Amino acid sequence: MTDVLVKLKDIRRTFRMGEISVHVLRGISLEIERGAYIALTGSSGSGKTTLMNLLGCLDRPTSGEYWLDGLEVSRMSSDARAMIRNKKIGFVFQNFNLLPRTTALEQVMMPLAYTATGLSERNAKKRAVELLKMVGLGERMDHRPSQLSGGQQQRVAIARALINQPPILFADEPTGNLDSRTTAEILEMFDRLNRTEGITIILVTHDPTVAGHARRNIRLRDGMVESDTIREGPPPTLPSHGEPAPDPERQVA
Amino acid sequence: MTIRKTLSTAIRALRRNVTRSALTVLGIVIGIAAVIAMMEIGKGSSGSIAKTIASMGANNLLIFPGTAATGGVSFGGGSSLTLTAEDCDAILRECSSIASAAPLVRARPQLIYQDKNWVPTFVYGSTPAYLTVRDWSQLADGDIFTDADVRNASRVCVVGQTLVRELFGGVNPVGKEIRVKNVAFTVVGVLSPKGANAFGMDQDDILLAPWTTIKYRVSGNSGSTTSTSNSSTSTSSANSADSTFPGAAAVFPAQSSTQAADAPMPVRFANVDQVIMSATSGDQIKSAIREVTSLLRERHRLQKGEPDDFSIRDMTESANALASTTNMMTNLLLAVALISLVVGGVGIMNIMLVSVTERTREIGLRMAVGARSRDILRQFLTEATLLCLIGGLLGLALGRGSALMVQKFLRWPIESSVEAIIASIVVSAVVGIVFGFYPAWKASRLDPIEALRYE
Ligand SMILES: Nc1ncnc2c1ncn2[C@@H]1O[C@H](COP(=O)(O)OP(=O)(O)OP(=O)(O)O)[C@@H](O)[C@H]1O
Ligand SMILES: [Mg+2]
Repeated sequence: MTDVLVKLKDIRRTFRMGEISVHVLRGISLEIERGAYIALTGSSGSGKTTLMNLLGCLDRPTSGEYWLDGLEVSRMSSDARAMIRNKKIGFVFQNFNLLPRTTALEQVMMPLAYTATGLSERNAKKRAVELLKMVGLGERMDHRPSQLSGGQQQRVAIARALINQPPILFADEPTGNLDSRTTAEILEMFDRLNRTEGITIILVTHDPTVAGHARRNIRLRDGMVESDTIREGPPPTLPSHGEPAPDPERQVA
Repeated sequence: MTIRKTLSTAIRALRRNVTRSALTVLGIVIGIAAVIAMMEIGKGSSGSIAKTIASMGANNLLIFPGTAATGGVSFGGGSSLTLTAEDCDAILRECSSIASAAPLVRARPQLIYQDKNWVPTFVYGSTPAYLTVRDWSQLADGDIFTDADVRNASRVCVVGQTLVRELFGGVNPVGKEIRVKNVAFTVVGVLSPKGANAFGMDQDDILLAPWTTIKYRVSGNSGSTTSTSNSSTSTSSANSADSTFPGAAAVFPAQSSTQAADAPMPVRFANVDQVIMSATSGDQIKSAIREVTSLLRERHRLQKGEPDDFSIRDMTESANALASTTNMMTNLLLAVALISLVVGGVGIMNIMLVSVTERTREIGLRMAVGARSRDILRQFLTEATLLCLIGGLLGLALGRGSALMVQKFLRWPIESSVEAIIASIVVSAVVGIVFGFYPAWKASRLDPIEALRYE
């Protein structure tokens, strides 16, 4: 059964810089089924972040169609896209992007302020506490970013991304600022979310070990899909970073 | 985004940087404090002026004999002998907008009691109605002299508080005898305290006696030495009248017969210096002036085109001038205070702009997790307005505090005003909205991608 969550049809993105126009994405077509675990790789400047911004409904393609969960979002108004971001999408950033001088609990609850059908304050708090416990920060709910390590900060950010139970989670180099040990912790969390909660995860990375955790690897080059491979067999055992198992890979299309 | 969420988000954001919030709000605090203090002090002083005007008799009118003409030869007020006590009676009888009226004769003699002497500011001869006109009927002690005393030119008088203090050394003077230019007067009453008038004159420095007594027994004795204000008494007619009045019984019959005779120009030996009247109410003053003018013109047989041989002065006029000066000062200071509020508002705008720049990443993040641009606009607008409202409340407290200090230590009158309090709250909210709008609008127009990337 293939339940398609994301469908891109010939997506192009061109930036105009005065006289010249920069073609960053040059015709990308993709289908991502619900529950997928995808690593987006490619050399620097290949357009990964640009694509993620489009997928995350922060940006609109110059041309092409983007279907998310059965809705064509590329023609939506900015308010409608804000609602999609709030309800259907979770973001995890390389630099965590936590609010300064704000407790972990408040950080996690923050997106709920923009949810139309809001939960009661008590239920919202209950859910935030559950999420913080799930990411292993049950003891750190009143801590501010300055009182948390990088890994802990990223876990707060993950909890925040999940507060509205989105079907899909975007992470642009989520482990780029973390050491290998913390990277392993964060990846373990992604694996678990994907496996047990069925959340679709798309992460951008330069690190082959990180990419190795995903079941599908999409490689960009000059704004086009260079390769799209599905890894078969079990995920690498953790913590096994450093020396990725040479799993047999199969070309898709 | 509900109002409660918006408010709690704004409060949280303001609490994140308490020092800055406090400094931002300082301009508004000072502005509102200045406005409130100005309003309370200004209202207090105009209130005290209003009280002074009332004590002078806000509804009072004065009639002076003589023309008020400015052209041609003018002999000045009181130079003609046209105003009589009968005029006063007629006014009371026929003018419906006059509540009460009393004739007034002035003198400035020296008073002697035992070994002390004193020249009071006011020595007035009148009728008991004078106190009704002045709204001064409540005596501190004793009684006012009677109409019979006026008819008989009795040697009785009532005295003001200052006289009691200066001449009698604080001892109750009722029943005591004082000499007014060699005429012995019995004090029958003591007036209640009245305070200073709008020109700073002590209204309690007064001796009040029947006008007949003052005119024929005090002023008449030596007309040449009385003060200039009493010029009428130095005329021959007054002197001749004096000699014909050993007792007062003849005064009124003679006058009424004069009136009845309707002679072309009767001898007005009963002329008085002024007639003081009170209108039935403040807004009746205009019609009172009209009524009295036409009545007096008729009684004085003035032809059409002939100028009035009397002038009517409205007591409130000069007092109002004083009040308007105070009002102008208050308004001027209020304008300065309002300008400081605007400066405070510009300060808010400045800091909010800095805050928006500084929180660009936060704005980007909020947009990424689902904030619409109107949510961002509302959030920053709420922050600015909340900040200004808090500043307004603090300013209110500070302004009231300093007004109370001024009252306590400088003894200036103050008067709190609900309107000023409501207005200052509204003004601070408006300042917040007006000066917070531009930064908030700027924040709402940020592009989330750029904002997230902002270093
Ligand atoms: N707003 C923009 N205006 C103009 N050019 C842009 C803009 N955003 C991105 N680009 C260009 O698009 C290209 C791709 O950028 P993008 O950030 O998507 O690369 P990336 O694959 O994420 O690289 P990295 O791995 O270094 O993060 C770059 O050459 C960049 O200069
Ligand atoms: Mg990138």
